[in-house]
Amino acid sequence: MNGSQQLSVRNLSIEFGGVHAVEDVSFDVEPGETFAIIGPNGAGKSTIFNLISRLYEPTAGSIHYGDQDLLGLPAHKIVHAGIGRTFQNIELFEQATVLQNLLVGRHAHMRKNPISNFLFLPGVRKREIAHREKVEDVIDLLEIAQYRDERIADLPYGARKNVELARALCAEPNLLLLDEPASGLNNEETDDISFYLEDVKHDLGVTLVMVEHDMNLVGQVADRVMAINDGKLLAIGTPEEVRDNPEVQRAYLGVAE
Amino acid sequence: MEFLFKTAYNDDIRFLARTGEKIRVALVMILMLAAPLVLQDYYLAELGLMLVYVIAGIGLMVLTGHTGQVSFGHAAFLGIGAYTHSILLSYGVPFSVSIIITLLLAGLIGMALGRSASKMHGFYLAIATLAFGILIETVFGEWASLTGGHMGLAVPSLKVFGVSLTQVWQQYYLDLLFALIVIWGVSNLFRSPTGRSFLAVRDSELSARCLGVNVEWVKIQSFGVSAAITGLAGALLAHHLTYLAPEVFGVLESLKLMLMIVVGGLGTVLGAIFGAIVVSILPVGLSFLKDILPPSIGQTAGIEPLLFGLIIVLVIVFEPGGLYGRWMKIRFFLETFPYYRKSSFVRQKSYLKTDRMR
Repeated sequence: MNGSQQLSVRNLSIEFGGVHAVEDVSFDVEPGETFAIIGPNGAGKSTIFNLISRLYEPTAGSIHYGDQDLLGLPAHKIVHAGIGRTFQNIELFEQATVLQNLLVGRHAHMRKNPISNFLFLPGVRKREIAHREKVEDVIDLLEIAQYRDERIADLPYGARKNVELARALCAEPNLLLLDEPASGLNNEETDDISFYLEDVKHDLGVTLVMVEHDMNLVGQVADRVMAINDGKLLAIGTPEEVRDNPEVQRAYLGVAE
Repeated sequence: MEFLFKTAYNDDIRFLARTGEKIRVALVMILMLAAPLVLQDYYLAELGLMLVYVIAGIGLMVLTGHTGQVSFGHAAFLGIGAYTHSILLSYGVPFSVSIIITLLLAGLIGMALGRSASKMHGFYLAIATLAFGILIETVFGEWASLTGGHMGLAVPSLKVFGVSLTQVWQQYYLDLLFALIVIWGVSNLFRSPTGRSFLAVRDSELSARCLGVNVEWVKIQSFGVSAAITGLAGALLAHHLTYLAPEVFGVLESLKLMLMIVVGGLGTVLGAIFGAIVVSILPVGLSFLKDILPPSIGQTAGIEPLLFGLIIVLVIVFEPGGLYGRWMKIRFFLETFPYYRKSSFVRQKSYLKTDRMR
């Protein structure tokens, strides 16, 4: 895993029935950096993620990762390009165990022939164990071993957040889109998450792009920040630059008369 | 209370980890193998029929229980299997070849249905599959030159590799063999990548897609596997019925299959087996009821579908996990005795799933 490709988004726009959810947004994410997208509710942050994961079709613009044109790929091929993601409202497989969830995370790397699977040929078992080893590495990294055999439906919220991060990591992405990794977590859990994100960044060399409201977390982990409002780009820069930008202050705090 | 110590990854792949499970399965196997020695032919035939419904139930379970795609027309595949197999046999095709062609044909028709159903959800899918079921039933009735139409079609006698299997016990062992293959195969499916992608599509299409699962293809596969297994059940069912008529594979039969998996417990192979047992015992209980009820109620036509509906509603309201869910509770009670508490199975707080994208 090494993030040596640049994500470049150019003039990205999407309309939902006349509403410009994202309008003419351009940005680059450099390999190895942590890039945060901030903005008020409804600013279009998650929409940008959904555009990159190809869940939405943009009305204009382009998205490239390295030399790959992401707009030429269907949603289920994005992970093959090296881009993983998590969701704002945890999207785990509720009725399955943590282990099964993480193994689905390996899906992009798996051979899935229904007939050899039906007969469970020796090769299938061998590959299962090989994938299991990869999954165990992630379990160790995020310290979720105690939940391994639990069903998701029985897990507390904070643990689900961790499991979702783990599942995304199982796909061995070069770039990870994190949609509000700290939402709904208490301070202690948020500290844990920022700790894990540092690990992910340094040990696995994954480029991180996150949408986040928690400015403490953004300040701790982000190298660069992009602020958007009403679908339009306000500022890109270091956390301090963006914080001091008058446009950003106006969007967040209202304008001083 | 038994603790499981896992020392190798294979421990999680193995089917029967606990001693209790091993003993229970061995016991059931012995009983099933010994059944012809103790049971009269009538009951043995009923038991064979139950095994056929186990196969059919697992077929629908793969689709509805494991992949989350509802089908109210699954009897059509039972019919496709039964008719294809019988017609091939009547043209002199050997049993083994006929079974394989039946599997493939049912599977392909299933995949075609899955292709058109792969973008549908919930209510629309239910209507589409219902329409498919009615359509196929009509085809059986109208295509008289091939299926014998409403006059019916006689099923050629059972002959495997040139050996005539006319005895009830011979047919019973054949059913048992196929049931075991299907149970084993489907269980394999769900400990390997293909089956896991089915579960993923059931629980969250959105994240399955983002993890590299081709959701449409998974649905097509699931329809295919499900239809092939149900078609196999149809072929075996033909030998039990000995005479095929289109009405047998109508909506009521589809409802019966649905009843099986809901009552048994969605999402588990064991649930399909429990469901088949219930559905097989139900008519016996019903005929018993008819004797004690006053004739004005007992002889009323349509009491069976009414009872089916009633049972589905009661199970959904009082035990959504079905018999399997109840069985898990009983097992948990026994295994953890005396620590079981009423709240042991109360679901934890569930979290809102807002703005999910379909």
